[in-house]
Amino acid sequence: MTAIMKREFASYFTSPLGYVFLAVFYGFSGLFLWMDCLRAGQSDMGVVFSMMFFIMMIMIPVLTMRTMADDKRQKTDQLTITSPVSLFGIVAGKFLAAFAVFFCGMLIMLVYAVFLASSVKTAGGTFGWAVFWGNFTGMFLMGGVFISIGIFISNLTENQMIAAVGSIGANIALCMFDVISSYIPNEGVRNVINQLSVFYKYSEFTIGIFSLKNIVFFLSIIVIFNFLTMRFIERRRWN
Amino acid sequence: MIEVCNLSKNYGNKLAVDNISFTANDGEILGFLGPNGAGKSTTMNMLTGYLSSSGGCAKINGIDVLEDPIGAKKNIGYLPEQPPLYLDMTVNEYLNFVYGIKRCKMPKKSHLGEIKSLTKIDDVQNRVIRNLSKGYRQRVGLAQALVGNPATLILDEPTVGLDPKQIIEIRSLIKKLGKNHTVILSSHILPEVQAVCDRIVVIDKGKIVANDTAENLSRTLSADHKLTVQIEGGEKDVKAILEQIPNMDEVHVGREVESNVFEYELNAREGADIRREVFKRMAARNYPILMMRNSELTLEEIFLKLTTGDFYGNEGSEDE
Repeated sequence: MTAIMKREFASYFTSPLGYVFLAVFYGFSGLFLWMDCLRAGQSDMGVVFSMMFFIMMIMIPVLTMRTMADDKRQKTDQLTITSPVSLFGIVAGKFLAAFAVFFCGMLIMLVYAVFLASSVKTAGGTFGWAVFWGNFTGMFLMGGVFISIGIFISNLTENQMIAAVGSIGANIALCMFDVISSYIPNEGVRNVINQLSVFYKYSEFTIGIFSLKNIVFFLSIIVIFNFLTMRFIERRRWN
Repeated sequence: MIEVCNLSKNYGNKLAVDNISFTANDGEILGFLGPNGAGKSTTMNMLTGYLSSSGGCAKINGIDVLEDPIGAKKNIGYLPEQPPLYLDMTVNEYLNFVYGIKRCKMPKKSHLGEIKSLTKIDDVQNRVIRNLSKGYRQRVGLAQALVGNPATLILDEPTVGLDPKQIIEIRSLIKKLGKNHTVILSSHILPEVQAVCDRIVVIDKGKIVANDTAENLSRTLSADHKLTVQIEGGEKDVKAILEQIPNMDEVHVGREVESNVFEYELNAREGADIRREVFKRMAARNYPILMMRNSELTLEEIFLKLTTGDFYGNEGSEDE
């Protein structure tokens, strides 16, 4: 797993992919910070995190599009699958590598927070660290969800573009649960769908609600999609 | 040691590998020969655990590939048909990565150094694989299979894309490796199999059609009772005399080799040795025999005979 993770992580930076992802991530988060905090003169980063949700929705599929698809196209999966590594090791290695790149991106939020906190302190106010950590955890988990979905979809095709577009579509669909539920007259069904809404749970983090239930929800989605990826690799061997 | 018993693979309704069994012993180089689409790569993919079998079993050093895949894979070095190379890595980075995923315990630097010099890729070790020629890529692929010094090597068409000099080098390397590894090598290049392998398994349409040494195959399929002779003299007369020889089944008149010298293919009944009789009868009528030989088959002819059912490969040639 470690060997696969290291290789995958390095490969993000031997191609422009990792740099493009980070540049877009840093660029947009900086822009949102300027618009919603610096220019508006407030220190609550909740809006910045909310906006970054949409950037993640589009950019994480770019990060994950080649994880599995490229292995299949170049037949390098013949090396990994015939090596003494478990399927878990392969999928986990790739997941953690993509996650590490994403984490490099999201660390910028911490830099912004430190900068804002020191500015607020000089002005005599207090920075809402609790709200920040809630948001930060939400972003951390949401990133994991998008990455596991992206890897799952990348495993279904040999074509990176199809993987990217498919993942973006899946992410949008996942976040449309709220919209769908509002059209459902039956309150019971509506509640069930609302409970599955990723965006709703993410926005709870952005307003500073730090709920264990939501953490478990996000972790479950990550585990389920990584598990499905493993099952689909296994299924391919049997067909 | 590799043991394969009743191994099968279905792709939907298509039976790609049909109930095959064979064994490759320690220190043996087994040639896996067959036309394209015969099931060679599918079999190799099942042996290495890349594909699962639909039935039967494959054991590497006594470990069942399905029951203990990781244990079995530790004993396998596999070079697939298309070398599994990460084009964005340098040769050194790539071999280090393979060393990592194979969980090698051997001293890294000396082990990889030895492999690089064996496969003669020292001079490209710091180059990005994307920029290497096909021959070098193939050798990096072979180097990858050698990492960890696995007991068995499974090589799917290892000399494809190499120039003649490299082919000779790789073949002699494989022969050298065969002394202390079990090697299965697939190929549709017959001289290669003849030159390198101790034993040959011929596979066609998913079934094993022969499993023997090259010499034995040649001996069994060709026979003493088939002769090719060149005789000087009138073609009709000579043919008539030959046909009177006891146990003679068929006489084919071939081309005219020189003026008034014809070539004849003689098929006698199995087990009958007609050489002396041919000599005596021709001598009696004063027809000089200019050449006589057993129609021993070349490996190429054996291959055609086994896979198309026809000595001259006239039928079923669409399979080739």
